[in-house]
Amino acid sequence: MNWKMSLVVRTVTNFLIVPIIVFGIYLVIHGHLTPGGGFQGGAVIASSTALLIIAYGSLGKHKKDLSSMEALGLTMFILIALFGIGSTMFYNYLAGTGGIFGGVVPEGANAGFINTGGTVPLMNIFVGLEVAAALSLILWMMSKETKVLETEKSSPSAEGQEVRD
Amino acid sequence: MNIDIVQHSPALILAVPLLFAFLTPLVDRISEKGRDALFFLGLIIMAFFVAIMAYEVYTVGEWSYVFGGGTVTPTGADSSFFRILFVADGVSAMASITLTISAIGAAIYSYTFMKDETGLNKFNTLFFLMVAGVNGMVLTGDLFNLFVWFEVASVSSAALIAFKTYEGKAVEAALKYMIISVIGGLFFLLSIGFLYGQYGVLNYQLLAENITGTNLDKIALTILVVVLALKAGAVPLHFIIPDAYSMAPGSVTAVLVVASQAGLWVLFRVVFTLYGVAVNTLTIGWIVIVLGILSMFIGVTMALVQKTVKRLMAYHAISQTGYMLLGVGVGLAVLGKPEMGLYGRTAMEGGVFHIINHAMYKGLLFLTAGAIIFKTGIRKLDDLGGLGHSMKWTMGFFIIGALAIAGIPPFNGFASKLMIYKSVYRFNPLLSIIAMVVSILTLASFVKVFHSIFMGPKDEDIYDTGDVPKPMLAGMTILAAFVILFSLFPGAVVSNIVEPAVEALGVI
Amino acid sequence: MNWEAILMTMPYMTVVILFMIGLFTVLFKKNLIKIIMGIAIMQNAANLFLVSLAYRRGEHAPVFTSAESTEMVMPTAHALTLTSIVIGLATTALLLSFVIMIKKHYGSINTDDVRRCKE
Repeated sequence: MNWKMSLVVRTVTNFLIVPIIVFGIYLVIHGHLTPGGGFQGGAVIASSTALLIIAYGSLGKHKKDLSSMEALGLTMFILIALFGIGSTMFYNYLAGTGGIFGGVVPEGANAGFINTGGTVPLMNIFVGLEVAAALSLILWMMSKETKVLETEKSSPSAEGQEVRD
Repeated sequence: MNIDIVQHSPALILAVPLLFAFLTPLVDRISEKGRDALFFLGLIIMAFFVAIMAYEVYTVGEWSYVFGGGTVTPTGADSSFFRILFVADGVSAMASITLTISAIGAAIYSYTFMKDETGLNKFNTLFFLMVAGVNGMVLTGDLFNLFVWFEVASVSSAALIAFKTYEGKAVEAALKYMIISVIGGLFFLLSIGFLYGQYGVLNYQLLAENITGTNLDKIALTILVVVLALKAGAVPLHFIIPDAYSMAPGSVTAVLVVASQAGLWVLFRVVFTLYGVAVNTLTIGWIVIVLGILSMFIGVTMALVQKTVKRLMAYHAISQTGYMLLGVGVGLAVLGKPEMGLYGRTAMEGGVFHIINHAMYKGLLFLTAGAIIFKTGIRKLDDLGGLGHSMKWTMGFFIIGALAIAGIPPFNGFASKLMIYKSVYRFNPLLSIIAMVVSILTLASFVKVFHSIFMGPKDEDIYDTGDVPKPMLAGMTILAAFVILFSLFPGAVVSNIVEPAVEALGVI
Repeated sequence: MNWEAILMTMPYMTVVILFMIGLFTVLFKKNLIKIIMGIAIMQNAANLFLVSLAYRRGEHAPVFTSAESTEMVMPTAHALTLTSIVIGLATTALLLSFVIMIKKHYGSINTDDVRRCKE
């Protein structure tokens, strides 16, 4: 079932994956300073998966890992929101204190400091993880269904059940 | 660390299904029994929080919950201006109670109903997401948050309808449902844009204070009424309901009924709370009444000619939605006038009481239809027959559901329909007569269905000893118990559950 | 001609034109993929409408990092648009998965053939 492209394409892909993923992580981490954030960075990371699928033809045996990554990202998102239940849910309990992302934000236009923001960058990271995993899963399942040039058909019902968003 | 659970209960009602939905794939990697246990545990915890919130609403009063704010209650227009609010009042309490009862009955039922399917962890996740979406739709106090939960509910409902992907018809029904729901959501977004561009706020309460009856407001109201009638399944926007209800798995259909009714709840909130007396309520009331009459009549006449069990029940669901629209439409038409005290309030209470009655007995009927299909594998009425010899419990539940839907005393359908008949007659006698004729036709249709499924000699092709497995019977028992409970004490239900909902809609 | 008025309302005219194109595609085309493309065009029109509601004359984008001035557009509409884009992505993915499965079961993606529910 392998549908690999030529050696040139595969080598360039190996090379290009790293800048794409680094750019995606940059977008995710700086979500509270510049336009970007969880969804946008996750979509960029998922485009590296698209490149891998086109170049190599399949992603190997990592389907369950991607599914667990997605579930883990979402669970941590809800748990972080629930920990603020001291005052209300989704309350930003890390902002301004000296904790992980706590730092005081200067007023007005400034150059942007990463160590501020409170729970917002944490949630960005988990949402980025989840979106990257979910979009990669969608791309992979769709690419398995629509392969035209194979000789034997992929089994009809077992593969086609991944229809949630 | 003192956490006031009661104040936080609206958020916890929403957070618990979401958390358990996302935990299910992680637990499924470890063990399968854990996933099933997590399913029931999540629903029972959610039922606990719903009970706490309902008790607080009925004894103390209503309150709002601000997400991410410093204090729990909004301290004026500035602090809650930009934040997302959840409102806990009579409407949200009643809708959450309806959803919880249906979801628990359907979950116990689906323990054996879906046992042979693969991919069950996705079923559990989607079920939790649908429950969270419908809860969000009725609990929210913000228009854009409503759009988000509307889309969550429609996406997860469509995925659940198509769950049996080895049948082509289920996927086709889900595709049609999804396309129409998405286009409805886009029109919804346009009308939110109209309201936001004019007033700059999206909160129900602030918008209700600021709204005037300009032309753009009327266009936005028209779009909102059409989209929400599409979600609830009123004629002439009902085309998605028969396909979706008949092709979904049995337990999912019982919760889909409540999901469609969430559209009705939101419609009432929009028309009463948001617009109130800013527009001419007589005209809008008559439009809602006409939608109700059309739904009742066309629903039951199309149900008389159907040949498949679940499609027939789906058309009856459309017809019963007409009763709810009729009752509330009459209340809307006399809003602010002195006749409201005479009969308008009774009409509204009848319409709203019919919502929870309908969820109970319609859910029960769909579960029995699912049990018949599970046991025999046949969907058409012509091929069924003589099942009363072996499926005695299912026949008993079907009789309870059929008598309740036809409005036979002393069941709960009769109680709410009597309130509607009494008050609508004083508004306009013709409407009440049409409602009674529709009720008689409903009874005729269900007598025909009962006879052709359960009566008759034993059919040797499909005869099989014994009834359906015990978890399915347990799920049906829960819903039947609530039907009988509401039949025995309708007055207590109306004064404790329905009246706070009607008052919360702004009807004094 | 009142050029100023036309320039000020040009985003809204674009929204109407895009929405109508999308609606006509959904109503009158028979190929399922074209219907889904029409839905995508309608989603883009709705997002453009939400973003163009927030603009005020002479104000800048609401980003504090290296900002030019502190007169900024109110970012509520931008948040609504982001949410709507994500929802649009999820619904498009689900619709396309349904079309793939229908092609496998029915063999065609013409709406005249995908009609077996009524039997």
